[in-house]
Parts: sequence; structure tokens; C-alpha cells
Amino acid sequence: MIPGSFDYHRPVSVDEAVGLMGKLGDDALLLAGGHSLIPMMKLRMASPEHLVDLSAIDSLKGIEEIDDTIILRAMTTQHELIASDLITDKLPIIQETSLVIADPQIRYKGTFGGNVANGDPGNDMPAVMQCLDAKLELTGPDGKRQVAARDFYQGAYDTLREDEEILTSVHIPVPSSGHGYAYEKLKRKVGDYATAAAAVVITMSGDKCTSASIGLTNVGDTPLWAKEAGEILNGSSLDNATIDKAVSAAEAITDPASDMRGPAEYRTKMAGMMMRRALERAQSRAKG
Amino acid sequence: MSKSHIELTINGKKVEALVEPRTLLIHFLREEQNITGPHIGCDTGHCGACTVEMDDMSVKSCMTFAVQADGANITTIEGMANPDGTLTALQEGFREMHGLQCGFCTPGMITRAHRLLLENPDPNEDEIRNGIAGNLCRCTGYVNIVRAIQYAAEKMKESPVQEAAE
Ligand SMILES: Cc1cc2nc3c(=O)[nH]c(=O)nc-3n(C[C@H](O)[C@H](O)[C@H](O)COP(=O)(O)OP(=O)(O)OC[C@H]3O[C@@H](n4cnc5c(N)ncnc54)[C@H](O)[C@@H]3O)c2cc1C
Ligand code: FES
Ligand code: FES
Repeated sequence: MIPGSFDYHRPVSVDEAVGLMGKLGDDALLLAGGHSLIPMMKLRMASPEHLVDLSAIDSLKGIEEIDDTIILRAMTTQHELIASDLITDKLPIIQETSLVIADPQIRYKGTFGGNVANGDPGNDMPAVMQCLDAKLELTGPDGKRQVAARDFYQGAYDTLREDEEILTSVHIPVPSSGHGYAYEKLKRKVGDYATAAAAVVITMSGDKCTSASIGLTNVGDTPLWAKEAGEILNGSSLDNATIDKAVSAAEAITDPASDMRGPAEYRTKMAGMMMRRALERAQSRAKG
Repeated sequence: MSKSHIELTINGKKVEALVEPRTLLIHFLREEQNITGPHIGCDTGHCGACTVEMDDMSVKSCMTFAVQADGANITTIEGMANPDGTLTALQEGFREMHGLQCGFCTPGMITRAHRLLLENPDPNEDEIRNGIAGNLCRCTGYVNIVRAIQYAAEKMKESPVQEAAE
């Protein structure tokens, strides 16, 4: 399968890349790791006339912590996330998620920013970003703006990013040090997108849950933040009745497609099941 | 559409070429460089038969454009043997432990396992299996591939890196 023809550009700064995107207009697409885009181009579901490769822009690489916020730059690879001590220490859910994305080879090239910006409901990072209340920094001709991950996704491959804007970094508030977390993903095999997956971050004080945030992957046209489910859990002792109620609230917002991963009803139930398992693991990890 | 000029190192040799940007790295290697060790199994990023080493990463060359490899250092199975032509511990492991049957997956397996052992010289079985999770084999059932990699890890422990002895 050979993609359509295109011209290749490799800018060395964000300004240059934004300039190119403005000049080339609709016919241009950004290229990060290429591991979502190249498959689409092979299937001719994408036929850009220009590709603007972000890989030579040094300022798009790296991870740092500033004032209790982790700043993850877009071209950081999934492999680098797994290897990062800062991520292991402060945002272990990102490491856990990265480890269930695709396979080792894909993770060397596939970028964090590409995963977040792509807009495929099957991507694993977006629901985790919603769970963590991340802010996406977009840079365009008029400068920078921030959009909440919880607002960013509008439909399949439809996001609030303008064509000429680049996702430059993602800003994630560091959860409190004793937080519990888990990402549970049901997949048919290694390298498969989720049948359903759930991201959970909670904080506990003694037996009481003092905050809960839940994101769901691949059970709708967009990643889903299960706001009500989190509110139900918050303040409870995570007793079975409360968990059942919260799981029902999360299942209620799903709207999966029936496809080769299973009928819609099954995938909704699996979203609930993944949430249960993630919650159980998060609780066992929470301190405080 | 204009062609792009690329310069890269393949198996220690400098290569310059004009490529159509849409040329996939696997096609560039196989059809333009006559390096046919990396195979095309699935063409969709799943099987790992096309795995090459690119700047300290194991990369699926069917999912990468040749232009993305501009400036890169690439090693394929053709460049894996020791400089004097003898087999490395890993290659020997695949022979000794019967790590292949038809051999179609082997170039990708060895290239991937090479990087796995560089990053984790003493992997347990789980780590080996997770490390080669992006490489499919339709013949062996993986047991002997795991043994081949274990063989190499053991052997490399006995006589670590050759430079150290010199
Ligand atoms: C076999 C296989 C299995 C996979 N399994 C999974 C999986 O289980 N879970 C999962 O989440 N993903 C999976 N993926 C996808 C993989 O993780 C991709 O690497 C990732 O989704 C996209 O990252 P990329 O850097 O490759 O982006 P690209 O493919 O380069 O880009 C994807 C899209 O995002 C846009 N884009 C990229 N970067 C930016 C940016 N900085 N700003 C604005 N727009 C940008 C591009 O224009 C393009 O439209 C799989 C891929 C393969 C080939
Ligand atoms: S041919 Fe590249 S992964 Fe199968
Ligand atoms: S030996 Fe035949 S595919 Fe692996």
C-alpha cells in the first residue's frame, strides 16, 4: 500500500512550522511519529499534498515540572514517557497507559502529542488527559492558547484545533503524592485499540474518597470524562452500592459502535468493568 | 511533487539518494538499496518483519517514510554480524536454540532483540516476551525464540562487551 504523493517539509522551529501551515493551507498536514497518519495515508483516507514534519523542532521535545504542573512537550515519544523518572514519580498513570499502547517499536516513534491531537477515539492518551484535567497548549499564527482536554474533542477526528495550529505541549496539574491511579484496557491482542478502557485517579483520606476522576476510551466518538460518576464516588467510602451507582452513571454516557471488537451493549458493559477494575487498583494504591 | 535529497548511514555505509517523499523506508531499503533482509509481512505496522534499527530505536520501516530517516543511522539484519563476519551471540542463539523455522520473521526478531538486550542485558522471560510483542511469528510458537534470546543474554554475561577486554 503506497500513499499518495506529497511534498515534504522539515521546519526547525515552531514559528517556521506555523508559517508553513498558514501558507500551505488545507492541503498540508502535520507529521509527528507518523504511526497514525501513515496508515491513514496508505488507505488513502488521508491524501495531503504537503507534510510538515515536526521532528527537527527541538523545542517540542522534553518533559519538565514547573510549579506543580508537568509540561509534556508534544514530540516526546511514548517510549520516552515510559523511561522518564519524573513521569514514574509524579504521573505514573501516564507510564501505565503508555505501556499498553501498541508495541515497543510503535512506542519508539509514536509521540505523545500525536496521540493527543489525532482525535481517533481509539487513542489511549486523550481519556487519561481528561481524567487528569490537562490543558492543551495550541500555537498558531495568533500565538498561543490553552484548551482543556475535557473540551477539546468534538467528534471522531474532530477537535478544537485549527488546521494551522500546532499542539505544542500539554500541561498537567500534578496529582497529590498519595493519589491512587490505574488505567485498565481491554484489548484483543497486543497492539490493539481498546474494546473499552478506563482511567481512574482518586485521593483518599482514611476510608473516605476525597476526589475521583474517570476517563473512558473508545466507547463513543470522543474520549469521555465521566463527570457524574466521579461526583458519586467523591465523599463516599467506595462501598459496593456507591460503586454500582457510579459505574451505571459512567455506562450511561457511553455510545460505542458495534464492530469487530463486539456489540455496543458489550462494550458499554466492558467500559463499566474496566472502571471497576481501575477503581479497585487505584484504591489499593492510594495512601492517605 | 518534488523529490527530496536524503543522506543516511546504512549498515555503516554512507548513502545519498533522491527519493519521492512518499517512498516508505522498507521500499527504499529493499528496492532501491537491495537490502532485502527486512521483510514486508503485513504492511500495517503489526507484524514487525520490517523492523530495522534507526538511531537507537527499533522501528517498523513499513510505517516510516525514507525522508524521515534523513540523517539517521540505520542497521538492518545485514549489518548485525560481528565486523569479522562471525555471528553475534544473538544470531548464534537463534541457530543453537532453533529460534526459527521458515525464517520470515527472523530478521525483524533479531534486530528487535538486539536493541532489547542493549537496553536490558538481563531480561526475565516476561520482559523478553513483552520486548518482542511487536514481532509476530507464525511458526515457532515463540518458545524457542525466547530461549534464543536467553541464550544470547547468558553468553553476553560470560564475555560481556569485547571492547572491555581489549
Ligand atoms: C500497529 C499499531 C497499533 C497501535 N495501537 C495503538 C493503541 O493501542 N493505542 C493508541 O493510543 N494508539 C495506537 N497506535 C497509534 C500510535 O500510538 C500513534 O503513534 C499515535 O496515535 C499518533 O502519534 P504519532 O506521533 O505517530 O502521530 P502522527 O501519526 O504523525 O499524527 C497523527 C495525527 O495527529 C496530527 N498531529 C501530530 N502531532 C501533532 C501536533 N503536535 N499538533 C497538531 N497535530 C498533530 C497529525 O497531523 C495527524 O493527523 C497504534 C499504531 C499502530 C501502527
Ligand atoms: S510489514 Fe511492517 S510491521 Fe508488518
Ligand atoms: S519462523 Fe516462520 S514466521 Fe517465524
